[in-house]
Amino acid sequence: MLRLIVRRILETIPVLVLVATITFFMMKAVPGGPLDTEKNIPQEIKVQIEAFYGLDQPLWKQYLSYMGNLLRGDLGPSFKHANRSVNELIAAALPVSLELGGLALCVALLVGIPLGIAAAVRQNTWIDYLASTTAMAGICLPTFVMGPLLVLVFALHFEHFNASGWDFPRDRVLPALTLGLVYAGYIARLTRGGMLEVLNQDFIRTARAKGASETRVVFRHALRGGLLPVVSFLGPGIAGILTGSFVIETIFNIPGLGRHFVTSVFNRDATLTIGTALFYAALVVALNLAADIAQAMLNPKQRAN
Amino acid sequence: MALLEVDDLRTSFHTRNGVVRAVDGVSFCIDRGETLGIVGESGSGKSVTCLSLLGLVPQPPGRVEGTGAVLEGIDLLRCPREVLRGIRGRRIAMIFQDPMTSLNPYMTIEEQLMEPLLIHEKIDRAAAARMALQALQEVGVPEAEQRIRSYPHQFSGGMRQRVMIAMALIGKPDLLIADEPTTALDVTVQAQILDLIAQQQRQRGVAVIFISHDLSVVAGFCDRVMVMYAGRVVETADTRAVFREPKHPYTRALQRSRPAMQAKGAELYVIPGLPPDLSRPVPGCAFAPRCEFAVADCSRTEMQLQDVGAGQASACLRVQRGELTLQ
Repeated sequence: MLRLIVRRILETIPVLVLVATITFFMMKAVPGGPLDTEKNIPQEIKVQIEAFYGLDQPLWKQYLSYMGNLLRGDLGPSFKHANRSVNELIAAALPVSLELGGLALCVALLVGIPLGIAAAVRQNTWIDYLASTTAMAGICLPTFVMGPLLVLVFALHFEHFNASGWDFPRDRVLPALTLGLVYAGYIARLTRGGMLEVLNQDFIRTARAKGASETRVVFRHALRGGLLPVVSFLGPGIAGILTGSFVIETIFNIPGLGRHFVTSVFNRDATLTIGTALFYAALVVALNLAADIAQAMLNPKQRAN
Repeated sequence: MALLEVDDLRTSFHTRNGVVRAVDGVSFCIDRGETLGIVGESGSGKSVTCLSLLGLVPQPPGRVEGTGAVLEGIDLLRCPREVLRGIRGRRIAMIFQDPMTSLNPYMTIEEQLMEPLLIHEKIDRAAAARMALQALQEVGVPEAEQRIRSYPHQFSGGMRQRVMIAMALIGKPDLLIADEPTTALDVTVQAQILDLIAQQQRQRGVAVIFISHDLSVVAGFCDRVMVMYAGRVVETADTRAVFREPKHPYTRALQRSRPAMQAKGAELYVIPGLPPDLSRPVPGCAFAPRCEFAVADCSRTEMQLQDVGAGQASACLRVQRGELTLQ
C-alpha cells in the first residue's frame, strides 16, 4: 500500500513538469504581452519593466529561470498585480474556492446518495422514476444555465438571496447549489447502479435469510459495496467541482481562484496562468490518488494487496 | 405433532412469457430432528419450495400461495412480515449452494457470524463475539481466534461453507434448510461438509431439509426422500425404500443416471428429453413425454400423489394401478 502511494506520488512529477512547460510556451506563443493593454507607456519605462521581470531575456533563459524558481516552490511575481507574487494571490483566493467547493460537495453527496439509495431500493416504482429523472435533469442542465435560473427565481423573484457577491453566509447558498446539483445527479445515478448491483447478489439473500430487516440489509450489507462506484468517481468529481467553480465564480462574482485563472489569460499574466494551471493539475492528481486509496480501504480484497 | 406442515404450496412467477408454475401443489411435513431430502433436476422447484417458506421469493414477480405452511401453529404463508423475519435465522436457518457468493465480501467473518444473534436476541456484542468464536471452532475452522477477523475472500470454498453452517446454527434453529450445500465444492471437501452437517444435526437434534440433485448424497444422509419433478412431488418414501423399490419411473431414471451405478465402459444413462417448460402446463403426468413406460392414459389423467403401501407415495398412474413394478 505504502509503496503504491509513493510510486503514484513520484509519477506526478513528470505530469507537473509537462503541464508547466506546455502552459509556459503556450502563454509565450500567444500574441501580445502583459504590458500591451496599458496605454502609451514611454519606451524607456517599458524597457525597464521588461528588464525587471526578465522579459528581455531569450526564451530559453526565461524558461530555465522559471523552472528553477518553480523547483523552490516560487511561482514568480504576477505581471498584472503589482508587488504581489502568484503564491500570495493563490493563497488569498484558495480559501474562497475551497469553501465553495466544499459546500458544493456536501450538496452533491447529501442530495445524490439518498436519492440514489431510494431509487435502488424502490426500483421501477414512481420513486425510482422521479429520482432518476431528477438526476438526469441535474446532469443535463449546464451550470451556466442552472446558475442564472436559480438567481432569477430565488434572488430576483423571491428576493431571498443576493444575486451575486460573497459577503454574507447566505451568499454561499446559490453558488453551492448550482455547482453541487450537477454532481448530485451523477452521484445519484452511480449510487443507484452500485446499489442495484449489490442488492441482487447472493449474500443479500443470505442476510435476509438471517432475519435482517430491510434497513439493515440496505445500510449494513449493501451500502459498503454499493458506494464503491461513487468513491472512485469522487476523485475526478471533486476536481471537476473545483474547476467547475471557474464558471460559477464568474456568474456569481466570487473572488476565488477560478476567476484568477480566467482573467489572467486575458491579461496575459503568464506566471499567474501557469501557477493556477499547475495548482489545479496537482489537485486533480492528488484527489485521484485519494480516491484510489479510499476505494482500496473500502474493499477488503484490494486492501490486502 | 410435526414441526413443519406444508400443504398445497404453490409458487408462480409472472413473467413476460406467461405464468411459470415453479412449485405446483407441494405438500410435506417434517418432524423435529428428522431429515428430509428433496431431490430433483435443476428447475424442478426444490429451491423455490424452501425459499417460498421463508418468504425469500421476490414478490413481484413471484407469488406464493397455498393452504398453509404451519410451523408449530404459525402459518408462514400468512403471518405478518415481522413475524416471519423473526423466524428466519432463529427458528429456520438456511445454507446456500455457493459459499463463494453467499457471504458478504465487505464484512468480516466475525461480524457475519454475530449477526443472527444481534438481530434476534438481547445480547451484547462481547457475548455475541464469544459465541461466534465458539461456533467457528465447532465447525472445525483451524486457528479460529485469528481467522474470525478475516474476510470471506481469505477463506477457501470449504471453509466458507463451514462458516455458512456455523452462521446458520448459531441461532439454535429448529429447522435447517440446506440448499445443495456441497454442489459448488470440491469432491474431497463435499464429504467433510456432509459429515459436519450430520454431526451437528446429531448433537443438536435439529431437523434438516436437504436439497440435492444427487440421489446418492441424499441416500447417505436422509431419513425420508421427496422426489420432485416440474414443480410437483412425484414420490415420497423412506430412503431405503426409494433405493430398493422406487415407485416412480422418474426416481428410477434418476438412480440410473448416476455414473457410479453403471458398468465400466458402458455408455452413461441419460434421461431422454428436457424438463418441460413450466409456463405451458402439460396435461396429465409432466414426466410422461420422457417416460419409457408411458401409455396413452398418462397424458390424459391428472396426476395425484397416492399412497402405494409401506409409507411410500407415488404420482405414477401405472404404479398406482399396479401395472408397473420397478426395481
